[in-house]
Amino acid sequence: MSNESAQVFDVIVIGAGHNGLVCATTLARAGQSVLVLEAADQVGGMAITRGFAEGFKVSAAAHLFNQMPLPLVRDLNLKQHGLQWAATDLPTIGLSPHEAPLRIGDRDALHVRCEADARALGPFDARMNRFGKLMHALLASAPPRLGTAIWEDKWALAKMALKLRLLGRQEMRELLRIIGMNAYDLLEDEFKNPLLKGTLGFDAIVGSNFGPRAPGTVLTYLYRRAAEVSAQSSTFVQPIGGLGAVTQALARAAEAAGARIRTQAPVARILVENDQASGVFLESGETVLAKAVISNVDAKTTFLNLLGTEHLDTGFVRRIDHFRSRGMTAKLHLALSKRPHFTGVKAEWLGGRLILSPSLNDLERAFNPTKYQSVSATPALEITVPTIHDSSLAPAGQHVLSSVVQYVPYTVAGGWATQRAAVTAQLIDLLDQHAPGLRDSVIAAELLTPEDLEKEFRITGGHWHHGDLAFDQFYMVRPVPGATQYETPLPGLYLCGASSHPGGGVMGLAGRHAAHRVLRPNP
Amino acid sequence: MNTTTVPHYKKPLWDTPFAERARAFQQRDSFVPWAGYSTVDVFTTVEQEYFAIRNAATLFDLTPMVKYRIAGVDAERYLNRLVTRDIRKLKVGRVSYVVWCNDAGHLIDDGTVFRISEHDFRICTAERQLDWFMDSAIGFKVEIEEVTREIAALAVQGPTSCFVLKRLGLDGVDQLKPFEWRNLSAAGRPVMVSRTGFTGDLGYELWMRPEHALGLWDDLMEVGQSRGIRPIGSQALNMARIEAGFLLPNVDFISAEHTIRLDRDRSPLELGLEWLVEFNKPHFNGRRALLEESRVGPKRRLVGLDVAGNKAAHGALLYADEAGLKEIGHVTSAMWSPTCKRNIALAMINTPHGALGSTVWADVYLNRELMWERRMLRSEVVERPFFAHARRRATPPADR
Repeated sequence: MSNESAQVFDVIVIGAGHNGLVCATTLARAGQSVLVLEAADQVGGMAITRGFAEGFKVSAAAHLFNQMPLPLVRDLNLKQHGLQWAATDLPTIGLSPHEAPLRIGDRDALHVRCEADARALGPFDARMNRFGKLMHALLASAPPRLGTAIWEDKWALAKMALKLRLLGRQEMRELLRIIGMNAYDLLEDEFKNPLLKGTLGFDAIVGSNFGPRAPGTVLTYLYRRAAEVSAQSSTFVQPIGGLGAVTQALARAAEAAGARIRTQAPVARILVENDQASGVFLESGETVLAKAVISNVDAKTTFLNLLGTEHLDTGFVRRIDHFRSRGMTAKLHLALSKRPHFTGVKAEWLGGRLILSPSLNDLERAFNPTKYQSVSATPALEITVPTIHDSSLAPAGQHVLSSVVQYVPYTVAGGWATQRAAVTAQLIDLLDQHAPGLRDSVIAAELLTPEDLEKEFRITGGHWHHGDLAFDQFYMVRPVPGATQYETPLPGLYLCGASSHPGGGVMGLAGRHAAHRVLRPNP
Repeated sequence: MNTTTVPHYKKPLWDTPFAERARAFQQRDSFVPWAGYSTVDVFTTVEQEYFAIRNAATLFDLTPMVKYRIAGVDAERYLNRLVTRDIRKLKVGRVSYVVWCNDAGHLIDDGTVFRISEHDFRICTAERQLDWFMDSAIGFKVEIEEVTREIAALAVQGPTSCFVLKRLGLDGVDQLKPFEWRNLSAAGRPVMVSRTGFTGDLGYELWMRPEHALGLWDDLMEVGQSRGIRPIGSQALNMARIEAGFLLPNVDFISAEHTIRLDRDRSPLELGLEWLVEFNKPHFNGRRALLEESRVGPKRRLVGLDVAGNKAAHGALLYADEAGLKEIGHVTSAMWSPTCKRNIALAMINTPHGALGSTVWADVYLNRELMWERRMLRSEVVERPFFAHARRRATPPADR
């Protein structure tokens, strides 16, 4: 501790989330002296595994792994650093009260249900993959800036235009037609089966503030496809020990590269000297100096709380203040005394990803009440039972259910203090309808609303992606003009988290791009 | 009588607390809207009013000037981040002329800041600024409140103004140095008096509660009679301010919050206001952009011109050569100055043109009994202000 007070690091990374750790590793490998400061008592940010009931552990926020690019996983030697898979190729199963569960991608099952859909699914998938590949190029590199004289920016824009053109006339036209559309209309055009549409539609809106009829939800769908292309996998993976195992491995990779990591070291302020970030002041009262400070924290917290608006211009602060960062996604954790049985779900499917989004209309209806600060009685769910593949998470014979709950507003009428129990009970009832007997097996329940996520993970607004992924907060303008390309108006201060391109998801790309920017600043 | 309680949607132009007297005195039915109020443009004749500014004493109703109270523990820090000058140096009892910029270092507006107490300031602006001020308050513990309607304001300007105010009973007014203010009282009416103004002459501004406005006006007219006091309208004031070299928003520059065309914003460096920009203080809005601009040098400069002849060069395009082949700028304000006996103008000129002492050519169009004639007038770039009399700064001012 004392030698850190004396040392001036090349780089301080605030926040040991997956992006912060990727960034730290990349910089440490390039020979920089790196200190990572984490407020919580373990590394991982929103990708952690932690207890929620006596003997039960769960991936507290993100609970599936499918977006980190394979080359990055390999480059960071995560396997060598202890990352192991409990299960791969997890199937996606659509659930509905009106029809039997449907395994997405099972052409034969779909054929029985709707011949036309079975024919349409292949070409649709192929097309979305083509577009996903194009989008992947956006994710894989730092965004260029408009109106600069920098050759690199112009080249990136030209490359993008060329890639678009190389799709061919018909496909380019189709991409331009659908890119601003809503997922509802697109899926209605393509398919007939309500459950298929509802389940595909879920992927377009998960983690967002939009109903499937909101413009821009095709963009978020393609974004997800792009991340899958990037990860070279369209299937989901469950690490042994939950998502926390990913960040534990990342931390070991960072330390192996020479980075130092300190937990329980919350940063109170970013220090500024001569209009240059010069270090941080910890809540403990300690000062640590560095030549550059990289924030894995969300943009609002970084600028409005840690840096302080006095170091920024009003117009920039105004844009940061307007960055839409209120989450609409909650997480439900249940400790179960026995294995749940979802009606019609085959035994080998239970370890997969169960999507409760019976139709696009149900999905839109799940969204509607949130506009008026309440939660639908039938929100959309992404259910996993991680203990099927990983018994380390619960006492023997007992199980954990981890569910993403889509469309839970940051504020509810009456406040979460009074509504939490009712909403939790409602969710258990909903699950019980699809898994009869589940209610009676619940030992403990934990609901993490966006407000709880804000508190636990120190993210202003509790948004999974730090801020909405939408056209106005995407790519070249993410999070806001003036802080794109991982640089900020304050020299020496950088962003490396989900607030920056390409945004949220356990991808690690923002951290990697940010590290490259620090190593090679813009002229 | 209290028409200011009528909402704007019923009465688009409010009356100021002085309106009753102003209407009685004016002879021309010449009114102009100003920031939501009806104000007098000319009372009698512009010449009469102008010469009263330079030779006697004048009353100008500046109630429509937009006023904000900025208070709170962070008020000083807030203002220091907002404006380009160092507000930490502004002592209680002092006034400072300031400008504020957007992120690009372009001027939004100018105004005056009064330090009322440690944590309490008043800022007077040409245009309404609440949106910018509120957004600038994110992260600061300040309260911002518009107080325009709570304060009646009257400028008393001219070489005999101090004498008139002493006669009014404002004891100690002669001790006020330029850019100082005091709370004084006259006949039981509390008046805040600042030695500030827009004429470039000896003068004061009085700030009072609206209910004292008419009584104070009447007393001033009475005690000032022997010193030639008269109310003036905005036209005469505009002449005085051009002579003094002061900038008028929407004439010499347009607020960066209002411009539509990309190159119409102006920075303080371009407007010759670099003396207001204090780089050696904590961060302020536009600092990084202004530092860069001062490094590469501004693209254009606001300069004073002495134009040949006696015809005001209103809006004239400026050329580097008499042939008019190379356009280098334009005039923003122009007049024949009766006091300086010079044909003066404020002009925006692209650098590197416009160096002090250099010659530029003004393309002036003259309407001679309905026939337009064009003149290329030789113009010399000269020092501003055009009018600067020692009485403006003398303390105490001479008894006149």
